Amino acid sequence: MDTYVGSSVLRSEDPRLLTGNGRYIDDIVLPNMVHAAFVRSEHAHARINGVDADTARSMPGVVAVMTLDDLGEPYNTKRTEQPYPSPAFKQDITIYPLARDEVCFVGEPIAVVFADSRYTAEDAAAMVRVDYEPLPAMVDVAAALDDDAPLAHADSPDNLIATLSIGFGDVDGAFANAPHVLSESFRQHRGGCHAMECRGVIASVDPAHGGLTMYSSTQSPYLVRSVVARYLGEDEHNLRVIAPDVGGGFGPKAGVYPEEIVLPLAARMLSRPVKWVEDRREHFLATNQQGDQVWSLEVAADDDGTIRGVRGRVIGDAGAYTNYGLLLPMTSVIPLPGPYAIPAIDVKVDVAFTNTPTKCPVRGAGRPTAAYAMERMIEVIARNLDLDPADVRARNFVRADQFPYQPGHTMVTGASVTYDSGDFHGCLDMAKGVADYANFSLRQEAARAEGRYVGIGVSSYIEDTGMGPYEGATVRVEPSGAIQILAGTASQGQGHATVFSQIVADQLGVAFEDVTYQSADTALFPLGVGTLASRTVVAVSTAVHEAAAQVRDKAIALTAQVLEAAEADLEVAGGRVFVKGSPDRGMTLGNLATQLAPFNTGAVPMGFTPGLEATSYNVTRGPATASGSHICEVEVDIETGEITLIKYSVAHDCGRMLNPQLVEGQVLGGVVHGIGNALFERMHYDESGQPLSVNYGEYFLPLAAEMPPIEIAHQETLSPLNPMGVKGAGEGGTLPAANAVIAAIENALKPFGVVVNDYPVDPERICELLDEALAGGAVPGG
Amino acid sequence: MKPAPFTYHDPTTIDELVGLMGSLEDVKLLAGGQSLMPMLNLRLAQPDHLIDLNTVAGLSAVDPTDVGLHIGAMVRQADLMKNDAILTNMPIMIEALHWVGHFQTRTRGTIGGSMSHLDPAAELPAVALLYDAELTVNGPEGSRAVPMREWPIAYMMPNLAEDEVLTGIDFRYWNEPHGYAFEEFARRYGDFAMVAVGALLAVEDGVIRRAAVAIAGNQPTPQRLDDVEAALVGQAASGETFQNAAELASQIEGMSDSYTDGRYRQRLAGVMTKRALTRAAARAEGGS
Amino acid sequence: MADTRRINLTVNGESHEGEVETRMHLADFLRQSAGLTGTHLGCEHGVCGACTVLVDGEAVRACLMLAVQANETSVTTIEGLAEDGELHPVQRAFQEQHGLQCGFCTPGMVMSLAAYIDENPSPDERDIREAISGNICRCTGYQGIVAAGLQAAVEIRGGG
Repeated sequence: MDTYVGSSVLRSEDPRLLTGNGRYIDDIVLPNMVHAAFVRSEHAHARINGVDADTARSMPGVVAVMTLDDLGEPYNTKRTEQPYPSPAFKQDITIYPLARDEVCFVGEPIAVVFADSRYTAEDAAAMVRVDYEPLPAMVDVAAALDDDAPLAHADSPDNLIATLSIGFGDVDGAFANAPHVLSESFRQHRGGCHAMECRGVIASVDPAHGGLTMYSSTQSPYLVRSVVARYLGEDEHNLRVIAPDVGGGFGPKAGVYPEEIVLPLAARMLSRPVKWVEDRREHFLATNQQGDQVWSLEVAADDDGTIRGVRGRVIGDAGAYTNYGLLLPMTSVIPLPGPYAIPAIDVKVDVAFTNTPTKCPVRGAGRPTAAYAMERMIEVIARNLDLDPADVRARNFVRADQFPYQPGHTMVTGASVTYDSGDFHGCLDMAKGVADYANFSLRQEAARAEGRYVGIGVSSYIEDTGMGPYEGATVRVEPSGAIQILAGTASQGQGHATVFSQIVADQLGVAFEDVTYQSADTALFPLGVGTLASRTVVAVSTAVHEAAAQVRDKAIALTAQVLEAAEADLEVAGGRVFVKGSPDRGMTLGNLATQLAPFNTGAVPMGFTPGLEATSYNVTRGPATASGSHICEVEVDIETGEITLIKYSVAHDCGRMLNPQLVEGQVLGGVVHGIGNALFERMHYDESGQPLSVNYGEYFLPLAAEMPPIEIAHQETLSPLNPMGVKGAGEGGTLPAANAVIAAIENALKPFGVVVNDYPVDPERICELLDEALAGGAVPGG
Repeated sequence: MKPAPFTYHDPTTIDELVGLMGSLEDVKLLAGGQSLMPMLNLRLAQPDHLIDLNTVAGLSAVDPTDVGLHIGAMVRQADLMKNDAILTNMPIMIEALHWVGHFQTRTRGTIGGSMSHLDPAAELPAVALLYDAELTVNGPEGSRAVPMREWPIAYMMPNLAEDEVLTGIDFRYWNEPHGYAFEEFARRYGDFAMVAVGALLAVEDGVIRRAAVAIAGNQPTPQRLDDVEAALVGQAASGETFQNAAELASQIEGMSDSYTDGRYRQRLAGVMTKRALTRAAARAEGGS
Repeated sequence: MADTRRINLTVNGESHEGEVETRMHLADFLRQSAGLTGTHLGCEHGVCGACTVLVDGEAVRACLMLAVQANETSVTTIEGLAEDGELHPVQRAFQEQHGLQCGFCTPGMVMSLAAYIDENPSPDERDIREAISGNICRCTGYQGIVAAGLQAAVEIRGGG
């Protein structure tokens, strides 16, 4: 019955996107539309004593220049909404749509110009004069909680936003009398999302009913609707939000930004459609990023590498505002145990303001930093006890017979963290096979004999996927026989249209080509959450599957009634419902839909509701646990510090794969993102908080030439929590990648005793570490 | 990120071009645009006048001379890479050009643009230094010749008056058999060099008879490494000689910037020098 | 007073004539004046390659060329690559090898590879990786794109 599910059906999205027929936000043009350019703070921290926009206002082609005051009451004193309130906040300071009297990061919007073209708007924005009074800037989060730290917000008591913790088990007992207590400190830096399409917003007033229509390059039109409607004081039905084709998301597009507030307000004020498309420099300045975390962890272990407990502290950078709630720090500590059965953990994270862009989840959210932290503990154990790092992992893994497994702590929702399924040992063994781990020592010896330093790094992870609370879908058969799927979640390239159509085509026994998928329009489907946290395949596919099953049941019931046959004798295939063994006795789905359509004989058959359609919402029963192990092999040039990635091996388990080729695409993209974090991507700031990496010559994204061949093996341990057994795959590739790479470098440089720890690491840093090691008496080859 | 307004000029002759430059204030010359256009888009450059060199006749030819090759300032980097005379007589230029941006930028980028922009990490000025190229500059007084060693004056500042323009570059071939190598270290393929070293070596009976070594990236301007060359000529083409040369190269103080410490550049200068010399010597002895 | 010029160029075989501001780059001309929005702007400083188009057959960054400089040239954009409704081998290979996800970098990737394979019909994996290093993709990890380039080259040189 599964003709399509499980096979690598080519994407139905592609022919359009490959021929230039995508419709991204900047491709949309509305009549009489004006173009926005924002005036943004040049200082990381300053008072604003005044804004002079007179010259800008008088320039030809300029329609309006607005500051916060110009937005009028109540907006002129109103901060943006907090989408994720939490009792843990000690301070909750969201951004104003346009700065009021203080700016807290370079790039914070202060004023906006509307003009007849973006060119003219930028000309005028350059003529807006802002009277700044610079204030001390808080830049390095490691110092944010020091007594003499500059205040990121001038009127705050300090920079501490919240202290979160993860704790379970008897930590003191675990460390008391432990044979080994080891510690490691490391700084993790993750830059921005760098979706190749920047953000963008179009807002217009619909003259027919006075409501607002917004297009936004967002991962969640429903979140935008919710937050913007609340801020504007509009009813949700008055605000239609559409995500058109979106050119990548990766986390930061799941936030709501000042521009998404200003544009709809301006559309009302100007009675004209307004458009703003972020340029790449703005993206570097004003789109949320993930930033820094400073970790200090201790691990207690037995002689054989068994972990008794972990404890420590983290300082997490929140940037200038709290508009992403505490999602990032929470996802940085709750997943900390990873795939390991650890009896006791006590880790606290202090979340602090800095005068840098607001921090938010980027591909994997805090999970990659949590994974890195725990993998560092494995590495420090292996290094100090002279054990094989893969063996230390295997020794500590939750076993396949322990599911469902509960480490002992709770999620944000208050429910106990539960791992539903998996086979971590199996995945690690697969990865070792792909990487030819068993023979690596021979390769390493051969290389050393030639004076080359190659190394191997292992890294394991789990990911809680399919976050709730729910998603829904409608499946409808049209009188023509065509099948329409409507759902909420927006796609940013994951292939939703293809995968969900595969499910429905199988359920209804129709050709894949006969199914269409539409989503990401709040007027098309009423409720949804969004595409984030590797949740969509779990949440939506379940809803789609259920809705299609209901349509199937309805079609069978109706056929049974019309043909006076028993339901049990009927079969659905080839777009028809027919009597088993008598394929001529049956009805097409189109015939059946016609019976239930409004323009038919007039009467809906007795006992049936109108329309051959069904809507289903899937309420998530808990996260589906994806897992995997990665192994990276590198060569380090000890003269230049250059790191060459030789091969990258992945074994992963995302449950049942609905479309293996698309799963691989997600994994590959995720791995390369993680490699970027490990080796390339760094936002540089100077001491005053000026960003020094604001273009792609200064901020290094991973490029094709430096990426290794990536080989993927799949393990399918079905999730018991959803009917198809699926688990998310969008972020898992990223989670373990940084440690796989860093551990491989450390393994290559083991003769020197080099420990890298902080990432990203670049060739210059490798040379410094080598020099330090040699100065410290390391003997190469030893 | 749209350019600020400017007045565009598209002269068709060198005389017209020079006349415009003499009569206008606040001018930028647009060659291949691969460096200037980003600066215009980012509004880091906001000239009142933009003069397009692409419409000027007579700047795009590669012509043989008695001693080598004359290359017009507007010859595209991609065309240099396909030029048979260069491939035969100055293959190091093609090896260096592989490091210049990407093939999609080399279709527009020009040799004159690279020479005039004079990014410290640029490859083509280093190649021009290796050959002691001679640059032809046109201005209101006519043309003058500038030896390549006198071309870089300071960080991104060529030996050009405000009303002058580079129109061509003359290369003199090495007549003796020689080997060559261009080594570069960049973070990623196509990035600006952190350090690049080009080397030409003539080796006879295992002894270095003539050497040219030029470096880019570690100083505010590209440099010929005279001391290194002096330490090479007359010596055996051996690993020890190259190691000594590398140590000399790594003693030149490296330039620091916001991202990279000068000491790392010095280290790379040594490594790249050694590698370039080693490879050049292998080619020299390989019978080229 | 805006500095403008009248230009006339051929885009995908059709003549486009119009008055442009001289400061407008070619990508904006294609998108706004010619209505061909398949050419994307990902960075506008010449690194990401999303705006790559062919000018007189050669791959260039459309954000690093003024529209006025394209006067009397022939430009090919992603919209003009398929012939008679038949996808170009590079386009087809992108679908078959899953060389695209969000599709935003895709036009530039496809145009780059079409131009590159045209010049070098027998590339190896290293060649393809270097050829697309002037194009940034955040979704795919590049591996599907590399596979697509290799597959298309086989087809284009008639080996497949």
